[in-house]
Amino acid sequence: MEKETAQKILTVKNLTVKLGEETVIDNLSFNISRGEHFMIIGPNGSGKTTLFRALIGVLPYSGEISWAPTSVIGYVPQKLDLERNVPLSLRDFLHSKTGKMNKEELEKYLDLVNLSPSLLGNSLGTLSGGEFQRALVAFALIGGTNVLLFDEPTAGIDEPTEQQIHDTLHKLKHEHKLTIITISHDLSNVYRHSDRVLCLNKNQVCLGVPKDVLKPDILTDLYGDEHHKFFTHNHHDKHRNA
Amino acid sequence: MINIEMLSLILAGLTAVASGIVGSFALMRRMTLAGDALSHVALPGIGLALIYSYNPVLGGGLVLLFGTLIIWKVEKISKLNTEAVIGVLFAASLAVGALAFEEAHELVEVLFGGIATVTANEFIYGSIIAAAVIWFILKNRHSLVLALVSKELARTAGISTDRLQLYFLLSFALTVILGMKFLGVLLMGSLIIIPASAARNIARNLNSMLVISSGISLFSVLSGIAVSNLFSFQLGPAIIIIASAIFLITLIWNALSRSS
Repeated sequence: MEKETAQKILTVKNLTVKLGEETVIDNLSFNISRGEHFMIIGPNGSGKTTLFRALIGVLPYSGEISWAPTSVIGYVPQKLDLERNVPLSLRDFLHSKTGKMNKEELEKYLDLVNLSPSLLGNSLGTLSGGEFQRALVAFALIGGTNVLLFDEPTAGIDEPTEQQIHDTLHKLKHEHKLTIITISHDLSNVYRHSDRVLCLNKNQVCLGVPKDVLKPDILTDLYGDEHHKFFTHNHHDKHRNA
Repeated sequence: MINIEMLSLILAGLTAVASGIVGSFALMRRMTLAGDALSHVALPGIGLALIYSYNPVLGGGLVLLFGTLIIWKVEKISKLNTEAVIGVLFAASLAVGALAFEEAHELVEVLFGGIATVTANEFIYGSIIAAAVIWFILKNRHSLVLALVSKELARTAGISTDRLQLYFLLSFALTVILGMKFLGVLLMGSLIIIPASAARNIARNLNSMLVISSGISLFSVLSGIAVSNLFSFQLGPAIIIIASAIFLITLIWNALSRSS
C-alpha cells in the first residue's frame, strides 16, 4: 500500500507552453503521486488553466508530460460557454461521455456528487451554478476516472456550495483513491484540502506542503502586495458560468 | 406497384429526415447560416456540369464535397469560425457560379429547385446517402453533443473532435446535395435550418429535438409536394413556406408557454 501511494501518476519535465509568441509556461517541472491532492495557485494570467489544457493534451507544448499508463483523466473546466436554451438535458450531457448508461449507473454518479435524480430531465441551461458544477464533476468521474483535474470556479457559486463540492472531492479522494489536481483561487482551500501546492507564475515560485512553503514573502512574490485578498472569497453570483 | 412518383416521395422523405437531424446539430453548433452558404458552394459545379452536359447534381455534389474539405482545412489552419470560412468561400462560389450559367432560367431552377421526380439511379444513390447520413448522426449523437458542449471535455473522453467535425461537415454537404433537385441550392439550406429552429422552440432534450425537427421537416416536404401538385405551386417555395409557418406556430407556442 505504501508503495502504491508513492507511485508517480504524473511527471512533468521542462514544460514550456507558448500561445502565439507569448511564453505562458516556462520550463516547469514537478511530479504528482497517486492519491495526492495537488493544488495549483497563482495570479490571473499565470498559466494555471493553460497548464491544465496542456496536461489533457489539447495544447501543443515542448518538454515532457508523462501520465502513468493506468491513469484515466477526468476534467472539470472552470466554466462552459453554453447557451441557456440549448435543448440538452442533464441526462443527455451525462450520456454523452460513454454513450448509454443504465439508470442505476447514472444514479450512482449523481449520488457521488449529491445531485438529485429528479434533475436528469431538466435542461442544462436551467440548472443552478452549484448544480451545474456538480454535474461537471459527475461527468468527469464517469468511465473509471482515477485522476480528476478540477479548475475551481471563480464565479456563479456561493461559498457553502463550493465548500460542499470540496468536501465531496475530499470524500471521493479517500473512498475511491482518486488523485485530484485543483486550480484554486482560495488559499483557505489550499490549507484545508491540499497535500502539496504549486505556486505558478509562468514558472515555479514554490512547491511543497502548504504550511511549509506558503510564507509571506513567497505570497508577495506571487501576488504582489495585495496577496491578503486571496485569503477571502470574492464570488459574483450575477456572473453565471454554466 | 411501385412507380417513379412513389420512389421520388420516399427519397424526398428520407432527405427531409436527414435534413431535420443534421439541422438539429447544425443549430446547436451555431452554424445555422453555414447550411445556406455551404449550399451555394455547389453552384460553379452545377454550372460547369450543365455546360458539358453532365448530371448537374453530380457536378454540384463533387464541388460541394471539395468545398467542404477546403472549409474544414482552412478552419483548422486559420482558427476562424466555420461561418466566416464558409462565408468567404460562398461569396466566391456564387460569383464564379453565376458566370458559368448562360441561361437565366437555368440559374433560377438551380437556385430554387422544383423537380419532383427522380430517376431509378438517383433513387438508389440518394437513398443510400440519406440512410448513411441518418445512421452516422444517430450513431454519433453522444459524441456530437459532447463536442458542441466542450471540445476539451470531448478530448478527455477520447473523441477526435477534428475528425468528427469533418464527418459532420460532410454529412451536412451530402444532405444539401440530396435536397438540391427538390429544393434547389438556395432553399435547401432553409430546410436544414427552419425545422431545427422550430424544434428548438419546443424541445427540451436531445431525443425530442431530433424527433420533432425531422418530423417537421418530413411534414413540410410531403405536404409541400402535395400542395405543389394540387395547386401548381412551385415545389421549393411551397415546402419552405409550410416549414416557416410551422416555425411561427412553435414560436407563438413557446411565447405562450413561457408566459403561462
